[in-house]
Amino acid sequence: MADILNIPDSEPTSSVPRAKQSELQIRGFIFDIKKYAIHDGPGIRTTVFFKGCPLHCQWCQNPESWERHPELGFRRGRCIRCGQCVEVCMRQAITFTEDQPSIDANKCNLCGECVDACVVGAREIIGQEITVSEVMIAIEKDVVFYDQSGGGVTFSGGEPLMQPEFLLALLNQCQAQQIHTAVDTSCYAEPEIVESISEKTDLFLCDLKHMDSDIHERFTGVENNLILDNIKRLSEAGKKIVIRIPVIPGFNDDQANIEATRRFAASLSRVSKVDILPYNSGGKEKSVRLSASIKLMQTKTPDDKKMNSIAEYLNNYGFEVSIGG
Amino acid sequence: MNERVAKLRKQSVETKPYISTERAELMTEFYKGDIPARESVPVCRALSFKYLMENKTICINDGELIVGERGPAPKATPTYPELCCHDLEDLRILSSRERTTFIVTEEVRRIYKEKIIPFWSGKTMREKLFSAMDQKWHQAFNAGVFTEFMEQRAPGHAILDDKIYRRGMLDFKRDIAENRKKLDYFNDPRAYEKDQEYRAMDVCADAVIIFAQRHADMALELAQRQTDAVHRRELEQIAEVCSHVPANAPRNFWEALQSYWFVHLSVITELNTWDSFNPGRLDQHLLPFYEKGLQEGTLTPEQAKELLQCFWIKFNNQPAPPKVGVTEEQSGTYVDFALINVGGLTPTDGSDAVNDISYMILDVVEEMRLPQPSSCIQLSKKNPDRLVRRACEVIRTGFGQPSVFNTDVIIKEMLQDGKSMIDARTGGPSGCVTISSFGKESCTLTGYMNWSKIFELACNNGIDPNSGEQLGPQTGDAREFTSYQQLMDAYKEQLGYFIDLKIRSNNVIERLFANYMPAPFMSILMDDCIGRGLDYHNGGPRYNPTYIQGVGIGTVTDALAAVKFHVFDQQNVTIDELLKALRANFEGHERLQHTLLYHTPKYGNDDDYTDSITEEVFNAYCDLLNGRPNTKGGRYRVNLLPTTVHIYFGSVVGALPNGRKAGEPVSEGISPSQGCDAKGPTAVIKSAARIDHARTGGTLLNMKFNPQVLAGDGIDKLAHLIRSYFKLDGHHVQFNVIGAEMLRKAQQNPEQHRDLIIRVAGFSDYFVDVGRDLQNEIIARTEQQSF
Repeated sequence: MADILNIPDSEPTSSVPRAKQSELQIRGFIFDIKKYAIHDGPGIRTTVFFKGCPLHCQWCQNPESWERHPELGFRRGRCIRCGQCVEVCMRQAITFTEDQPSIDANKCNLCGECVDACVVGAREIIGQEITVSEVMIAIEKDVVFYDQSGGGVTFSGGEPLMQPEFLLALLNQCQAQQIHTAVDTSCYAEPEIVESISEKTDLFLCDLKHMDSDIHERFTGVENNLILDNIKRLSEAGKKIVIRIPVIPGFNDDQANIEATRRFAASLSRVSKVDILPYNSGGKEKSVRLSASIKLMQTKTPDDKKMNSIAEYLNNYGFEVSIGG
Repeated sequence: MNERVAKLRKQSVETKPYISTERAELMTEFYKGDIPARESVPVCRALSFKYLMENKTICINDGELIVGERGPAPKATPTYPELCCHDLEDLRILSSRERTTFIVTEEVRRIYKEKIIPFWSGKTMREKLFSAMDQKWHQAFNAGVFTEFMEQRAPGHAILDDKIYRRGMLDFKRDIAENRKKLDYFNDPRAYEKDQEYRAMDVCADAVIIFAQRHADMALELAQRQTDAVHRRELEQIAEVCSHVPANAPRNFWEALQSYWFVHLSVITELNTWDSFNPGRLDQHLLPFYEKGLQEGTLTPEQAKELLQCFWIKFNNQPAPPKVGVTEEQSGTYVDFALINVGGLTPTDGSDAVNDISYMILDVVEEMRLPQPSSCIQLSKKNPDRLVRRACEVIRTGFGQPSVFNTDVIIKEMLQDGKSMIDARTGGPSGCVTISSFGKESCTLTGYMNWSKIFELACNNGIDPNSGEQLGPQTGDAREFTSYQQLMDAYKEQLGYFIDLKIRSNNVIERLFANYMPAPFMSILMDDCIGRGLDYHNGGPRYNPTYIQGVGIGTVTDALAAVKFHVFDQQNVTIDELLKALRANFEGHERLQHTLLYHTPKYGNDDDYTDSITEEVFNAYCDLLNGRPNTKGGRYRVNLLPTTVHIYFGSVVGALPNGRKAGEPVSEGISPSQGCDAKGPTAVIKSAARIDHARTGGTLLNMKFNPQVLAGDGIDKLAHLIRSYFKLDGHHVQFNVIGAEMLRKAQQNPEQHRDLIIRVAGFSDYFVDVGRDLQNEIIARTEQQSF
């Protein structure tokens, strides 16, 4: 479980005095820390994936981010039905039904015994509770790459704004270390929360999924009013914003929506760039590994022609556009 | 590329390598004569070289501009029976093995059986060397604790500086004569030895001039028969070029390339050297000729590029001569380790050396897509980003070139070794990753040291579990160790013992080459052989370091970390249980193996737990080896590179505590163990930079990227990744940009993937030409994250 970080290190290796020792001990839930992230903002970055999301987008690429708490993942294809996991489970949560191990999520306490016992690596615990201090150790390891490339750290998810205290502490720490910060967010959060973190954030990566609130709700579970308002507010506060549009065929890739999105982006004052992100089926792949039943929509990856035509359209209106971020 | 170049390239790529007996026959004829009994060893070697150059077949291929082959024709591969002599079984295997095959005709077999083998049997350097080694050495050598380069080839690893572009062989002859005149027979007890060396050098200079003139003569002859006026004019020009260089300094771009090529062929004909030979800083050497040509209107950029392309093909026409004592499974490579350097700093004032030719060479590399010559950029913080970006674009095309070297740390490494600033800036990497001061150094690689085997011996009180032989000292029964430090100490003691054993034998081998197999032609080229009157093999060069290449830092780190973590820190398993599992090759211990593989800290993840062990293992090697004296006035130095030996070394090592099963490859270079770099490229770089590269003469880091990572501004990110590694004083990095899927396809259908080139440990080669084990190992290597 501690595999996301190399825990044996103890304290961040920095000489800058910490503002508040207690801040370092704040805990949050994450499911990954990805180094050499090259599509989440400028330069070479580290992306911290927060766990838990208020939106449940039907095309989600990280369905393991929906639940805030750690959960057990299972790669069925790897399972050799050796029964080791059944044997080691102290709470008898795993049983064999129809020659397949199945797990009773209510009984499982995520002790990790079955993960260690599985010799083919079919089981994993997704997500962990972690302190600010531990995340900073991971972030600070790559400072040399941020400095060289103009990169930094990106807080993504999941929805980072769902854990505002944890996020704010991380942003404070990064600011003290002069590490560039980006927050990749759905902007679905209380305006006060957005405001509280905006001062400490160098760049916002704001997802714009659909301009029509009804459709938005149907495909993500929430309306878009709050989202649009928050983005406007960030813009009015002079924050630097990248608009990110996931291009989901059959959902938001029609000309009317692209046009509406473009008009909205044009109304903002500091949009530095628009990223258009082609859908891929990786999320669907991952969703079947989770014990929670998550049903995602079936669609296909948009072709290069489609992506290029959207890019060209936005570009004609003066936006710097990149495909894939 | 134009039609001429395309045709020559096709000939080079499609001609199958074959064994030519011409050199072996000429050598045999010469040594059967009365000269060897009459003359001193250096003079005899020189006269044998002259005999070769006077009598070997001259080849001018249709349409080529740069002329000369090592054998009678492209891909004809000579042998060197005075170093080591193939037997009939070798020839059978070479012609029948699956990969790196050489065609061996019946005629070749007959000549070997009747002439070559009967004469050379018992007289080769290989046999001299083996008979001079003691039993302890043979035991360790046979068990795979170390290898010995000189049992197959001669010391080489030489790279040229700019001297042949300023001066010709006639100038060197004058230098030789002047120094010979100054010999003081009253006060210098070695005066006669030096006199013989000078005589030998002088004969060699003549030999090369004769060799070039024979090409000029043939070109004229061909011109006379040629009816096409354009073609005739070309042949006349070739004749003019070959009668001028290398006797005299080149006057133009064409002559500069041709002069180097004659020198190159001469070095690799005199002896079969490790690595072959190398023009060094080609962009700097050629620039004055290029600028002059443009100014005078005698050269266009297109012509310069065409000449460079023709030059490239010449390298690819010369497969590396095959080894002797080969086995069916063992394959090698056709690559002979010529590495063209681009970029870096100027020697005299240390300013940015990148010029138009640097970019032209990168264009040629990209367009030619040939495994030989290999290419690298030297990247200093003073060089423009354009250089590294352009290099990354070529890297992205996915054939393993160019590799990237850190000029700023190379200079540190050189200064650390006591070189002058100008000599430090004159240098760079030679064939693989090891640095030398070009034109002034003999940096001899003597063999690989199998750290994983040594670790295994430390776990077994010095006894080899494979044979039951006591190979190393008795460092204690590991089952009784009560601390991790005891195991580390045992490892260091074993390591020290084998380093001593290797150095003791090297001290003999160096003298064997100095006494019996000097290289007077190469000595002309390397400062200060002429000034000192000493041979390249005998301390003639200004600098004379010796290397023993350490292999398996990733594997040994992971093995030590596993014992520390599970036996002593977490106490999950006793050392007795662990050793039992290793002896059983994890059969019946699968859960333990799984824990060792997947729930144990591993090198390559920017984890202090393992990387501090890496540092200790590395420093132990440096402390035991760096600075020890050799017999040539030089010192020992550390470098960490494997070429392909990590597969052989793995095959002799049993199961290890990192979960690796018996016989599997060990880690290569300073790259993490195969599949253990779970945190992506930045973590690999941080771990690799943990050791102090400035204490070495070279390290090799191999990274693999999927092409998608390098799409769009991925090029910039890769450039930043390289710059970051170099900020941290990393020495070298190379990239494979290829998907595993594609490799599997290539393995299944080699015919359809003939062109697929992969960079393997310091050189690039056609993927379908490397052995199946190595293919599998390349496929297994972790593809980095981010795609």
